[in-house]
Amino acid sequence: MSAAGEVLTSGSYIKHHLQNLTYGRLSDGSWGLAHNAAEAKDMGFWAFHVDTLGFSFVLGAAFLFLFYRVGKTMTTETPSGVQNFIESIVDFINENVRGSFNGKNMMVAPLALTTFIWIILMNTMDLVPVDLLPHLASILGVQYLKVVPTTDPNATFGMSIGIFLLILYYSIKEKGAGGFAAELMFHPFGKFMLPFNLFLEGVNLIAKPVSLALRLFGNMYAGEMIFILIALLPFWIQWSLSLPWAIFHILIVLLQAFIFMTLVIVYLDMAHQKEH
Amino acid sequence: MNINLTMLGQLIMFAMFTWFCMKFIWPPIVVAMEERKKRIEDGLIAAERGIAEEAEAQQKAQELIDKSKNQAAEIIANAGKQATNMVDEAKNVAVEEADKVKTQAQAHIDQEVIRARNELKGQVSSLVMQGVNSVLEKEVDAKAHQDMLNKLSQTL
Repeated sequence: MSAAGEVLTSGSYIKHHLQNLTYGRLSDGSWGLAHNAAEAKDMGFWAFHVDTLGFSFVLGAAFLFLFYRVGKTMTTETPSGVQNFIESIVDFINENVRGSFNGKNMMVAPLALTTFIWIILMNTMDLVPVDLLPHLASILGVQYLKVVPTTDPNATFGMSIGIFLLILYYSIKEKGAGGFAAELMFHPFGKFMLPFNLFLEGVNLIAKPVSLALRLFGNMYAGEMIFILIALLPFWIQWSLSLPWAIFHILIVLLQAFIFMTLVIVYLDMAHQKEH
Repeated sequence: MNINLTMLGQLIMFAMFTWFCMKFIWPPIVVAMEERKKRIEDGLIAAERGIAEEAEAQQKAQELIDKSKNQAAEIIANAGKQATNMVDEAKNVAVEEADKVKTQAQAHIDQEVIRARNELKGQVSSLVMQGVNSVLEKEVDAKAHQDMLNKLSQTL
């Protein structure tokens, strides 16, 4: 287990695994990495989770690099190997967008593709043995490392807020500011119930990014937590639980990415619909 | 699990990735796929057209073959007819010729007969004269009895 030398209890082991590598302003005024959970907490809002950002950047860049390279060497002849794989994914996304999105927007399909693949890759980090990367990092002198970006609410909320901004932007662009406001105020009960309508629709609107972020975060966090708990068992029995859970988790990895993508498409479709 | 600037970083990264994907990844892949789809469709249409054309060509060829067969049969029939005609004609010509030769020969024979008869008549008359001479032992005036003798020979 990771931090050798310390006396390890189950509680501290779990806590250690759930702590991000945080970079921010330390209590003595200098900038640096937090050495423990309390220090990270003290940094407040003005801090970065280096591991979350790092892993998600590397994974996103890997996705873009692969697809970019295939896109550059695209051939209209018989496709082979990677191109087949990429094309089937693109086809899948295209089909989903065509099925759920009725407006005209060249941005939705690439957005859905990015969302889908990026989240799959980030989720897949969950299948890497829990202690492998943190242990390697600790050998290199890095104290904390949380390898699954989607178990960090910052990551999921970052994405869902992006989606939320797009929903607002396209709602106003497609329906006009007045139309959007009217949709929030005079629906579902007519103008005599305006405050109630506003409250209801407001909650409805806010619930979209919140549910997006929390659903993904919750699922991945729970999955990660179970892997950590399994890792507490004696090493000779671990495989009997971690293997089935990992296999089951593959499903969750794909399913969560798919749900996120589908909801993004649906939300943007709703933002584009003029008639409610 | 503190909410901090990571969220903003993630948001910016998400926006950048999406922008990159929209600008440089999605278009070439989709364009190539559409192009291939179109090519396959065109190919299928062309194949179908080719099949139809082939059937048509086969039909045309069959028609041509039938026509030439008929023509050949006609030619053969004509040739046969002509041959029989020629044979018939030759036969007729031969028969005619034969008839002609036959009539000529007949005429010749008739002439010969007449000539022989005439000769025989002369000879008989001279024989008669000799016989009469010897019977009468007296020269008969041939000139005086010529007319009578001629009449006699005429009756033979």
